[in-house]
Amino acid sequence: MDSALGLHRLHFAFTITYHYLFPQLTMGLALLIFILKTLALRTGNPLYENAARFWTKIFGINFAMGVVTGIPMEFQFGTNWSRFSKATGGVIGQLLAMEGMYSFFLESSFLGILLYGREKVGPRIHWFASLAVFLGSWLSGFFIIATDSWMQHPVGHRIGPNGEIILDSLSALLLNPWTFVQYAHNMTASVVTASAVMCAVGAFYLLSNKHTEYGRLFLTIGVPAFALSSLMVAFPTGDIQGKMVAQYQPVALAAMEGHFDTKSGASLNVIGQPDVENQRIDNPITLPKVLSFISYGRWNAEVKGLNDVPRDQWPDNIGLLFYSFHIMVGLGTVMIALSLLSFLALRLKRLDTNKPLLWALLLAFPLPYIATTFGWMTAELGRQPWLVYGLLRTADGYSTRVSAGNTLFTLLGFLGLYALLSMLFLFLIQRELAKGPE
Amino acid sequence: MEALWFWLIALSLAIYVLLDGFDLGAGALHLLLAKTDEEREQILASIGPFWDGNEVWLLAGGGTFFFAFPSPFSAAFSGLYLPLMVVLWLLILRGIAIESRHLLHNALWNPFWDVIFSGSSALLCIFFGAALGNVIRGVPLDSNGEFFLPLWTTFTPGPNPGILDWYTVLVALLATVALLHHGALWVAYRTHKPIENRALEAAKHLWIALTVLTPIVTLVSQYVRPGLFDNFGRYPIGVAFPILAIFGLTASRGSHKFLGSCAFLLGMLLSVVFSVFPSILPGIGNPGLTIHNGAASQYGLQIGLVWWIPAFLLSCAYAVFLYRRFAGKVDRPAAT
Repeated sequence: MDSALGLHRLHFAFTITYHYLFPQLTMGLALLIFILKTLALRTGNPLYENAARFWTKIFGINFAMGVVTGIPMEFQFGTNWSRFSKATGGVIGQLLAMEGMYSFFLESSFLGILLYGREKVGPRIHWFASLAVFLGSWLSGFFIIATDSWMQHPVGHRIGPNGEIILDSLSALLLNPWTFVQYAHNMTASVVTASAVMCAVGAFYLLSNKHTEYGRLFLTIGVPAFALSSLMVAFPTGDIQGKMVAQYQPVALAAMEGHFDTKSGASLNVIGQPDVENQRIDNPITLPKVLSFISYGRWNAEVKGLNDVPRDQWPDNIGLLFYSFHIMVGLGTVMIALSLLSFLALRLKRLDTNKPLLWALLLAFPLPYIATTFGWMTAELGRQPWLVYGLLRTADGYSTRVSAGNTLFTLLGFLGLYALLSMLFLFLIQRELAKGPE
Repeated sequence: MEALWFWLIALSLAIYVLLDGFDLGAGALHLLLAKTDEEREQILASIGPFWDGNEVWLLAGGGTFFFAFPSPFSAAFSGLYLPLMVVLWLLILRGIAIESRHLLHNALWNPFWDVIFSGSSALLCIFFGAALGNVIRGVPLDSNGEFFLPLWTTFTPGPNPGILDWYTVLVALLATVALLHHGALWVAYRTHKPIENRALEAAKHLWIALTVLTPIVTLVSQYVRPGLFDNFGRYPIGVAFPILAIFGLTASRGSHKFLGSCAFLLGMLLSVVFSVFPSILPGIGNPGLTIHNGAASQYGLQIGLVWWIPAFLLSCAYAVFLYRRFAGKVDRPAAT
């Protein structure tokens, strides 16, 4: 990782991973705040209004972190990946410019009203602001997913006489089938994060016997959202995403599963450590024929192995890819079990007295963050060695005029700055949690 | 079509400078204009609901630049790698300072963020000005249409320039004075006495500095890049831009102070853009990357108009709505 290419990759990987810790909460939370604001407007119950105000403050802190760490992402297309930007800017630039023009303006204008304008505008406009912020942030997610989907599964372009990539159809680009599957998967995951955090805060208030009325409210809204979204992340969205990867990126699927030889009725490795040199999985626990079934819907379907693909098209970090995928799926399963159990307890009106379950909900809040991060690592490591699948290799996309030394310098700068941001963030969130909604 | 996009991007970036310019200028003057904690809160409240939306114009303009002219965009961003990374760090610190300062009342917390906010605002004015200076001077493009500039070399605009040389520093100085002037007039418009009076006083001094610096930088630019003003001879209509700037500068002393400053900044920026046209990223002694050799495909540019124009009008409508909602003086913070 001391080459310029390696450093440029690490630079983007670190800044995007850190950045996405915040939008994954704010996008889901925007939906939950909109639900709270709607309940407040309908019922006139100040409990909902106070709860919405509390979560808007948490949202505001996370949103600010998302904005300040998001601007470097836009810049890095040009600064660190100039060859990629030059080759593909005419295509994906459309999507990124649309994000700026449509969603950022919507979000930023109405967030001002949501955060500062409670006394300046009436309750209806304030409610509308929460809707606009929700739509703006989900629209923003759409354009980013559409950009990534084009890199995963490029459509709507043609190759010019000198090998240049030219936009051929904007509608094909916007209606890329990959986008809708990945968008559904990603946005439900964002609701998982937000609802898991809402549940954790609710459990925290009940366990510490403070703001208990609000603690109960957060669980009443958070737990059903957590249960529904955790289920939907797996089925149907995750399931369809997996089948899509099997169809269009069979080599990525083989690497995610540590599947070396092409086989009919291939078994699924639930746990294990891939040994790429010797082409085997150590300490495996396997489910026979399950890989064939989940990939193609047939128990005896043939699943292509890595050995049927030339080595120069293998993802370049098979170990990390394998673990990323398995950690995502494993934590997803844990969250489905926990949220369903909590939902059952909630329906039986036994959740607020069930201490072990409340503790589990409190401690579970990091799980969606970890699962989502590894989910994205699965998608992006699986795409390697391509930057744009089948069109442009990662090694051909970085800024060759920016040296390894300069890249390392700014990477260290970001590490230091983000360490400070993390401390500030934890301090501010802790303060809001301690103050509570009252 | 390419020329149309060139001007649309210029317009977006000009809007960015007019809008974010006042909050950057206000930020840089923050420590000088406001003496007490209450006064500092007033200055922050005067930009509070706007700064984030203002910054979005930078992303919108940048995004539009990216899709309409991918090769000048990628060359400029990788070539100006170091100053852009510094700009990013400053934008991060500044955003965090604005959003954090008001959360606590504490003898350490507030002054700490005031200094971060003010310092990062001032440095951003300087860096944006220096970037503009680099574009006017030209950059050393190689045969691939790429370049890389160190932060400084010999501080002279020769064949081996750095980001900072005496010319770009001079442009940075003019830009900083112009944005401070802009910010001071905004603060005067939005805050109560005595900040209002101090801001007007500062604006008077800054106005004198502007009136002296503007012709000097204009003359020096002609020396650093001979032929810079040829476009004015070719298309005399362009003289409208410098006239707008002069008119704005005069008006900014009269009754429409802030609007005058807007006209001045708009006139100056469009004069620069008009001078370098059709270059987007001029080389040293050559036109470099222009709208002819750097544009995206015709189809992309045409279809782009279909969604860009409505989005632009919508964005303007949001901005008008927001500025009307929060028009006039800020509320006085409750005495604490």
